[in-house]
Amino acid sequence: MAMQLDIHGHAAWAYTGGKAFNPTLPVVVFIHGAEHDHSVWALQSRYLAHHGRAVLAVDLPGHGRSAGAPLARIEALADWVVAVLDAAGVATATLVGHSMGSLIALECAARHPQRIAKLALVGTAFPMRVADELLNATRDDEPTAQQMVNLWSHSALAHYPGNPGPGFWVAGVNRRLMERQRAGVMHADFTACNDYSNGLEACRSIVAPVLLVLGKRDVMTPPRAAQDLIGALPNARVVQIEGAGHAIMAEKPDELLEALRAFVP
Amino acid sequence: MTPPRSPGFDTLSLHAGQQPDPTTGARATPIFQTAAYVFRDTDHAAALFNMERAGHVYSRISNPTTAVLEERIAALDGGVGAIATASGQAALHLAIATLAGAGSHVLASRALYGGSHNLLDYTLRRFGIDTTFVDPRNLSAWREAIRPNTRVLFAETLGNPGLDVLDIAGVAEIAHAAGLPLLVDGTFTTPYLLRPFDFGADLVCHSATKFLGGHGVAIGGLLVDSGAFDWERSGRFPELTEPYAGFHGMDFQEESTVAAFLLRARREGLRDFGACMAPFTAFQLLQGIETLSLRMDRHIANTRAIVGFLCEHKAVASVNYPELPTHPDHQLAKTMLPKGCGAVFTFEIQGGRAAGRKFIETLRLFSHLANVGDAKSLVIHPASTTHFRLDDAALRAAGIGPGTIRLSIGLEDSADLIDDLALALRASQKP
Ligand SMILES: Cc1ncc(COP(=O)(O)O)c(C=O)c1O
Repeated sequence: MAMQLDIHGHAAWAYTGGKAFNPTLPVVVFIHGAEHDHSVWALQSRYLAHHGRAVLAVDLPGHGRSAGAPLARIEALADWVVAVLDAAGVATATLVGHSMGSLIALECAARHPQRIAKLALVGTAFPMRVADELLNATRDDEPTAQQMVNLWSHSALAHYPGNPGPGFWVAGVNRRLMERQRAGVMHADFTACNDYSNGLEACRSIVAPVLLVLGKRDVMTPPRAAQDLIGALPNARVVQIEGAGHAIMAEKPDELLEALRAFVP
Repeated sequence: MTPPRSPGFDTLSLHAGQQPDPTTGARATPIFQTAAYVFRDTDHAAALFNMERAGHVYSRISNPTTAVLEERIAALDGGVGAIATASGQAALHLAIATLAGAGSHVLASRALYGGSHNLLDYTLRRFGIDTTFVDPRNLSAWREAIRPNTRVLFAETLGNPGLDVLDIAGVAEIAHAAGLPLLVDGTFTTPYLLRPFDFGADLVCHSATKFLGGHGVAIGGLLVDSGAFDWERSGRFPELTEPYAGFHGMDFQEESTVAAFLLRARREGLRDFGACMAPFTAFQLLQGIETLSLRMDRHIANTRAIVGFLCEHKAVASVNYPELPTHPDHQLAKTMLPKGCGAVFTFEIQGGRAAGRKFIETLRLFSHLANVGDAKSLVIHPASTTHFRLDDAALRAAGIGPGTIRLSIGLEDSADLIDDLALALRASQKP
């Protein structure tokens, strides 16, 4: 089941976790990362939707089924998330963001503190600098850039229990999902991550409780790259997941769910 | 910058989908010989049933040993995932039953394994699924035979019996222009010789009974999804893009952008038809796949030696192997199959049915049986076995001559195989 919204004249699409969206329940918004769509959250979003929460796993502008061009700046994406809340009739929500989505969630909570109940940052880092080779490849040679990201996102050649279920090859799923995104999206996303400079400022305005979920074997956003954020968010809860790379939702779906279950209202 | 390297084929053959067992340390893939799995609590049970959590419930739907095989073939073929089935036939049936129903149409190559032909031309018609067969080399025939109710195009990478090399890119383009997926049977090539997804195919089925296992001890099939086909855009597959009452109203395409087909196939076809693979079979097939590239190289080297020998032999009227310039798909084979065109091929013996019979009966090392892709060399004479009811004219129509012999070349010393063939060829020509 899904929700279709009009945001600034463009169709925006969100998966509601297999349940009709009921804004009277605590709302959780899942925000995917670069060159991805809502389906990276399939398991976690479906679980919470069937456990007393109203879920919106969005496709960001230009990604998946959402129309329009990808937005160039994290700040604009943060405002877009609030526009989604407005359009869906939601007063306050918990945000769960992965990678680029974690920056969007952070900035959104800083700009609109009264709208955000809690904040979960998964596979996060600040600054989220992108190596020049990768950033250039996202512009000049998307297949190569996708190959780099896919290799760096996974910590192993085998995953239990498999995502979205047994019999799926996690790296293959991620590769095809990236290939499905429109040309130009990857460069826009990685540029937005690389350009975002307001992270530590944003932390100062955060009033909501914060959870960071980090993969111990993440080489894209390694735990040490989250240390500045952790320093600036003294009350944040930090969960490090053993044996997880950057693609925490796929590599360790149950461990991530446990962390979210204990945190999300 | 040189991009980081993805793990190579041999590494994936050994490691994809399996790590040392976390509880026992077992390095080999354990055989999880269990029908069912204990739930941690009622919430865990409900979440597994409703696909809120990934995991195993019942071994008809999934099993940890079988899942390793599924991930491994998906890695080798370059797909998103796979479903292991009881046989190659079951893999083909699962693919078609997921995409087509009564009133649908399948468009297939006419150069198919006999069992696949039976399924399409006789059995599925009883269930209201109609199939048109076309010459796989004739691209306009493919294009013209597509109907509004067509759901899938199907062919083998190397056709039976003529080893027609499928122009996958050409047929895939026709399929995609009509919003349809191309399903390819990759049994004869395995992902080591050819990865159909790299040429645009959308789904691959294998009889793992053959070269993937390589030992001729287990019957099994695999159905692999590239994850690249856009079911939503096609608009022809409500089974994947609309809520399914049979599984919690799930819209599979919404649930997963790239995994929709396999989710539906597992939650419907595998669940309800029940043609699952046994974990012991999955273990045996994994043992085979560990050495796939080594074996395929040897199969090809032996095949080339024997093809060379037969081409020079005066009791042989012709040899049909795509690496020979006389084969109609020689050029295509050069570009698509540089590592080799498999280890199954046919030749024509001088002297027709009688010579064929004599030849088979004289062979000692080659086993006379109805299979291919064993480590041991195999032989069959269609005119006196699988097609014995047909007269010469009917045989010709099926692309088979009275003196057609099919060989499946194994891993023995090629000199011994050639000695065996030489003796039998000589005997076949004696009055
Ligand atoms: C090309 C091809 N496809 C499919 C099959 C069917 O496989 P199985 O016997 O495993 O059901 C065979 C078996 O001979 C085959 O040769």
